[in-house]
Amino acid sequence: MSDAKPDDGLISINIDGQEVRCQPGANIIEVAASIGIEIPHYCYHPKLSVSGNCRMCLVQLGLPGKDRATGQPMLNADGTPIIQWFPGPAIACGTKASPGMHIRTDSDMVKQCREGVTEFLLLNHPLDCPICDQAGECRLQEFSAEHGRGYSRFTEEKNVKPKRTVLGPRVMLDDERCILCSRCIRFCREIAKDDVLGFTDRGSYTTLTCYPGRQLENNYSLNTVDICPVGALTSRDFRFKMRVWFLKPTPSIDTETSVGCNTEVWSREGKIYRITPRRNDEVNDTWMPDSGRELYKQVEAENRLKQAAVAGQPASIEEALAAASKNLADGPVAIVGSGRCSVEEQYLLKKLADALGAASRQLVSRIGEGDGLLVSADRNPNVRGALLTGLIDDLPKQRLDDLAARIDAGEVRTIFAVNEDLTAAGLSAEQLAKATIVYLGTHANATSEAAAVVLPGLTVFEKSGTFVNQQFRLQKFHRAVPGVPGARDDLFLLGSLLANATGSQAPTVVASVWEAMAAEIGPFKGLSFAAIPDTGVLVDGSAFAGLPFVEGKSLHYEPAGMEAAATS
Amino acid sequence: MNATDILIRFGLGLIVIVVVMTVCMYSVLAERKVSSWIQGRLGPNRTSIPLLGNIPVIGRFLTRLGVFQPLADGGKFLFKEDVIPAHVNKVYFVLAPVIAFVPALVTISVVPFGAYIDAATGAARTVILANVDVGILLIFAVASLGVYAIILSGWASNSKYPFLGGVRASAQMISYELSMTLAVLPVFIWVNAPGTPGTLSLVRVVEAQADWWFVLTQPVAAVVFIIAIFAETNRLPFDMPESETDLVGGYHTEYSSFKFGFFFVGEYANMTVGACVIALLFFGGWHPLPFVTWGDIAAWTGLPVNVGALGAVLAVGTFAAKVLFFLFFFIWVRWTVPRFRYDQVMRIGWRGLLPVAIANLVIYAILIALLERAGA
Amino acid sequence: MPVKVVERKPLTLAERTYLPQILSGLRITFRNMFKPKVTVEYPEERPPIPPGYRGVPTLVKDPDGREKCVSCQLCEFVCPPKAIRITPGEIPEDSEYAHVEKAPQEFEINMLRCIYCGLCQEVCPEEAIWLQNIYSVTGTSREELVNNKAKLYELGGTLADKHFKWEKKRRAAERGNAH
Repeated sequence: MSDAKPDDGLISINIDGQEVRCQPGANIIEVAASIGIEIPHYCYHPKLSVSGNCRMCLVQLGLPGKDRATGQPMLNADGTPIIQWFPGPAIACGTKASPGMHIRTDSDMVKQCREGVTEFLLLNHPLDCPICDQAGECRLQEFSAEHGRGYSRFTEEKNVKPKRTVLGPRVMLDDERCILCSRCIRFCREIAKDDVLGFTDRGSYTTLTCYPGRQLENNYSLNTVDICPVGALTSRDFRFKMRVWFLKPTPSIDTETSVGCNTEVWSREGKIYRITPRRNDEVNDTWMPDSGRELYKQVEAENRLKQAAVAGQPASIEEALAAASKNLADGPVAIVGSGRCSVEEQYLLKKLADALGAASRQLVSRIGEGDGLLVSADRNPNVRGALLTGLIDDLPKQRLDDLAARIDAGEVRTIFAVNEDLTAAGLSAEQLAKATIVYLGTHANATSEAAAVVLPGLTVFEKSGTFVNQQFRLQKFHRAVPGVPGARDDLFLLGSLLANATGSQAPTVVASVWEAMAAEIGPFKGLSFAAIPDTGVLVDGSAFAGLPFVEGKSLHYEPAGMEAAATS
Repeated sequence: MNATDILIRFGLGLIVIVVVMTVCMYSVLAERKVSSWIQGRLGPNRTSIPLLGNIPVIGRFLTRLGVFQPLADGGKFLFKEDVIPAHVNKVYFVLAPVIAFVPALVTISVVPFGAYIDAATGAARTVILANVDVGILLIFAVASLGVYAIILSGWASNSKYPFLGGVRASAQMISYELSMTLAVLPVFIWVNAPGTPGTLSLVRVVEAQADWWFVLTQPVAAVVFIIAIFAETNRLPFDMPESETDLVGGYHTEYSSFKFGFFFVGEYANMTVGACVIALLFFGGWHPLPFVTWGDIAAWTGLPVNVGALGAVLAVGTFAAKVLFFLFFFIWVRWTVPRFRYDQVMRIGWRGLLPVAIANLVIYAILIALLERAGA
Repeated sequence: MPVKVVERKPLTLAERTYLPQILSGLRITFRNMFKPKVTVEYPEERPPIPPGYRGVPTLVKDPDGREKCVSCQLCEFVCPPKAIRITPGEIPEDSEYAHVEKAPQEFEINMLRCIYCGLCQEVCPEEAIWLQNIYSVTGTSREELVNNKAKLYELGGTLADKHFKWEKKRRAAERGNAH
């Protein structure tokens, strides 16, 4: 390190001989990770308080020596400072960086410590790996291989603990596997604010339990499964379904609310097995609500639309598209878009509405109760996308009373509904019967029953695209599994309808839609689908700052203004 | 020649053809059996036919011996799909297998199978289809037509491997025919001693071996001739035109079913004729042993072993035994000696056999001349 | 680099004619014709199967009749031709073997894909999959050659177990903790 220290408030510490600049008080595990040195740990979690009880992260600490008499630095013959190492090891997670600190993560003492800690953790750990769902992503497995001794000296009998404890509707506990890191306890206390877990008994009999009469049933309970470093806490939904090493993670977005939790969709051979949160420190940290984890079931739902239909009769996609175009040309047309569609689809829908000279353009609003964490009041993931693309210019209403009135007045003859059930949004069956309905959607409902033309589309897991969340953060999701046979990409369907309506070419894939959007929409200028980072990018939503958005405060979001969101 | 005569001739010809075909079929079986024995295997031992195969001990023995196998092979050739590829020249493609077969059957007509004394007249009779005076010449002339079959099939197949096979065959045939003919010349110089009526008849050659077989008096000629016959019949180690490993199947790559069968059996028919000629020219024909003829045996024992039907059967049997031995020899050599490289084949033909054959001819011509003079 | 020149003795005239060599070769092949045959007449006569032979992979039960496979899917993972397909399942609470928790719902080995490498046997942590001495696999349809769980257990039978890991576990659970 150069002698001239820049005055940026950073301090310099030394890890394994490497000088690192970091914030004063920074966590040593994080600082080491930033230069590619992994300090093994179980109980430490970047988003939770430090408890320091697993002892796996032991490192050696030292400081440059000072002569007691004179206060002068003690130097070697070559002028380097003499480091005075502390006699015992210290836990890295509980140690804060201080100026001049020296750390060893690979000395013999550290290695012995890790080996010893691993041996103790494995004393009562069952040989469950073949039946354990965590196998493959188990920290204990990994660190045992890396830092363990490779054989057991323990000849006594292992402890017996309950193996099939039901902690809640979604979480199972295998107490034998628990290594008492207390991550789950801290998560419930600090993040979920639902303090239901705790340890009872002492020593090697310590057992994780729910408070009597309580259950781990809050909407964030499955995060404890994610952060559990071993297979003690397992998801009852995913339990014994598939080994994790077969699963392929695909970055995606939780569509249930406008928070837009970043997720990973784990699939194998076209079948989704689970959804887990993806870390995004600007949106959801490392958490996601349980409700969002079950959305994958919609892919294989019973009422999935798998066949295009014209007048209730099965038809090919081409026939249905032709029939739809014919119906749409027969105006006046009302467009009912969806806040669940991607930005790209909303853009094409807007172009289609323009081309058709639509009399009405609506979205259907869904309002629920926000929990102040990762579930916001607006249950549409992409209302702001519709605003940005210009599909709508005001916030949507929960009921389509306006459209109903127009139908009754005979001002609308054709309705193009995209992924929205019109009856659920307040239209009566008689009103539906008065209009010709073209329905593009993923699942059957009253509207698809009544529709003259049904175009089967794809769910969020089967297509790629982007959403704009409550922070005006543009986030992309990728196709995790191929679409069900019979359904087609919404972009293809919309683009084909647009091409039929305009008589000219229309983009039908994400990349080409983005080319058009970047050219046309101000906030998207200079962006392309490929260029959007996985953690999303904030776009300029100041034009809509005056609108009365319904979201309240949630993690990393202040409803007052965009500035707060950008800096949190 | 009246109609009865023609009918008799026709019947005799038919018998010969049937016999030769049977020999060919069982040569194929012998090929498979001998090769498997040499290689420590059992060979065909499963094919059986009803009734005959069900006879308690004999049926099983015949089955194990593979006696019924040629029937199955023939049936297979008959009933397999006959593919004529689209790219071939159809006329020549169909003609080639016929040509492969015909020379062997034609040459067999001038091969004498044995001799006996007619009991009624006391005249010497020969068991032969056509006792022409130019026997050996006819055999050489017709047998050399066999190369056309290979060249034609190679050319008509219109495909690279058959073509290469055809080219190799033509070069090889020309090269070895030369040595073969030159090797035979001293035999006929000996037979055609001055003062005797000149002949190229094979019967006369056999008669001339009553005492000394030519293999004893002219061993070099015999060796050169046998080697050349191997090359002429495309038998290993000279099976250049076929060579499975480098030419896939050589000239018959494109052939299937019965046409392939023609080539296959034609090879054995040629072998049979070759074996006949070897036996006639150098191994005493139907004489049982050197210096011993059936006539000698009859004189010693007083039994009519050279007279009438018995004489004919014994003479023909002796000859057949020799032919069968040489057929076995062909097979035996095939499973012993690996194939020569093409350049080696050419070198052996032109730089090995030809000079030896010429030298042999010159030396024996001089030797015979000297002997004649001494004798005269 | 040291070079050693191998002296080749010039061929004699006899050797150059190649005939003596052919004759000695003929002698060898002729003798071979009368040696005992080395082949086995297959369908009636079966070759002896040496220990460690890798035949058809099968699933085995332990001497108590418990299915050993816990559907860890390591074999499915390691299988180079992807011949194995497992549908994992949970053992119901009221089962005799509830303490094992996991067992395959379905277990399929596609013998058209299997290459008999034995990696599945090697990787199995429960010693549940064994390549046994069946070497002749025939069938008239593709479906027939996919061995399902029932077929695999039928082929595999019972194999001795040295460890009885799960039985020990059950006994330990019945004794409970000292505390």
